[in-house]
Amino acid sequence: MIQESFKLGTVEFKNRILVASGTFGYGDEVPDLVDIAKLGGIMTKSLSMKPRDGNPNPRIAETASGMLNSIGLANIGVHKFIAEKLPVLRRHDTRIIANIAASSVEEYCNVLELLDAQEGVHGFEINVSCPNVKEGGLSFGTDVKLVSLITKELRRRTTKPLIIKLTPNVTHISEFARACESEGADAVSVINTVIGMAVNINKRMPKIATTTGGLSGPAIKPIALAKVYETVNAVKIPVIGVGGIVSWEDAVEFFIVGASMVQIGTANFINPSTGVSVAEGVKHYCEQQGCNDIGQLVKSLQTNKTISVVDSWL
Amino acid sequence: MKQEIVTIHSFEHLTPEILELTFVSDYLSSKAKPGQFINIRVDSNYPLLRRPFSIFNVEENKISIVFNVIGTGTKLLARKKIGDTIDVVGPCGNDFLAFVDGSFDTAIFVAGGIGVAPFTFFTKKLPAEKQLVTYLGGRHSDLIVEKGLRNIKVATDDGSRGFHGTVLDLIKSDLSKNKYGTMRFFLCGPTRMMKAVADFAKENGVSCYASLECDMACGIGLCQGCNIEMTGGEKKYKLVCKEGTIFETQSVKI
Repeated sequence: MIQESFKLGTVEFKNRILVASGTFGYGDEVPDLVDIAKLGGIMTKSLSMKPRDGNPNPRIAETASGMLNSIGLANIGVHKFIAEKLPVLRRHDTRIIANIAASSVEEYCNVLELLDAQEGVHGFEINVSCPNVKEGGLSFGTDVKLVSLITKELRRRTTKPLIIKLTPNVTHISEFARACESEGADAVSVINTVIGMAVNINKRMPKIATTTGGLSGPAIKPIALAKVYETVNAVKIPVIGVGGIVSWEDAVEFFIVGASMVQIGTANFINPSTGVSVAEGVKHYCEQQGCNDIGQLVKSLQTNKTISVVDSWL
Repeated sequence: MKQEIVTIHSFEHLTPEILELTFVSDYLSSKAKPGQFINIRVDSNYPLLRRPFSIFNVEENKISIVFNVIGTGTKLLARKKIGDTIDVVGPCGNDFLAFVDGSFDTAIFVAGGIGVAPFTFFTKKLPAEKQLVTYLGGRHSDLIVEKGLRNIKVATDDGSRGFHGTVLDLIKSDLSKNKYGTMRFFLCGPTRMMKAVADFAKENGVSCYASLECDMACGIGLCQGCNIEMTGGEKKYKLVCKEGTIFETQSVKI
């Protein structure tokens, strides 16, 4: 028997494989395609207080081994989520983590409080790092004081797992992870998308309407691994690895580097059941390696080299 | 909707430029409706995303798509061999039959180039009491596919076949000579063509529905990448993959 479960804060997850926010809708698009009960959890599409239309078309462009997106947090709003989506979602035998995106500290708090009272919301992932929405000149995710403040205010308002999703578009992501840790976050998700751009050379125009967008997919996996590596060497709270995972081998890389859990993102667009096959593959790998707990893989990286990225920061 | 690994049954050149790829699927051939699409993963990880294709035809347990080689995805697809497998998700999107009702006598199909794709299956499934006129437009004759269509009128930009000019010019000329009762237009093709024909339909008070195209990452509503702006109503945007691909043309900003 392989121990697959993982406890984050007060909540037990049946396995360490989650699906990333914005890549799985509200869980209701794929009932025929995915056995959701085999996932550790679902990070919902980002929720804001009021519905958001999102950005104009074109919102996506394929790039080498990746895609750029600029969806702009299009979502139905927290009230409609609670009324229409949550009753369906909570019937699934998996953990539901509500992802929250907001344009003020107050909005983050208000959305969290509404959701915290709901049965079937098992925890929160806070999107402080969407590269595609900037309002009031604030870009929360790249300001460590604001990330601290948001974490502190939200921590006071919930005892459920509180996860902060960090952006890689900063000099030292570990600085942000430390701020989250010291303000009481249960975990950090590393990384959100990397700012990127693509150009249509016939029209001499950007391929997406907002000019720049968030790059995701296998193209960013090495970046994500390096950011996870930096982060796990800076904090004690669990790090949730996300970025470019399409196979169980990819997930195992993240565990070895030090991620306690992983999220499947862009791969869901190609194979919505990627999370299920990753969970099976990781388990099988553990059996072959003679591990009886997937936790034995975590931070098992063998290296006698100096840790350059973290050294320079520490 | 299902994800399936299907086996390629045949390739056929419908014109020197356009290929029909037929594969076997009991599920898709029994579920598919005209105007719906399937989303194909052409190879393992490159290109990364699936490619959407209209369902061209369904015969018994076989289902087909048509394409011309225009990019990486179609180039790889054209290299496949009979017996190879492909990974498909479908059927996706809404269908034309949802917009076939008693309020018109004649269905007017307008296809531009490879936009002919959904009309062969639609022709087969169109209720027998409806009259049908099919206008085909293309840059040249190698882009004109007639397989399975009825009452065809052709226009080519270079005059290599049929009417010399745009498909809209052909429609205008034909409608000045013939009367088809109450009409409903169904369009699929390049955006510029669809916009021109939709504007013409609006000016003449004819109802008009178009199957729109958009870059898609998932094809099933997960990524929210394929939005189309609406002209009014409750929502600013709808998703082409899930709430379309077929829209009443006055409801969207084409």
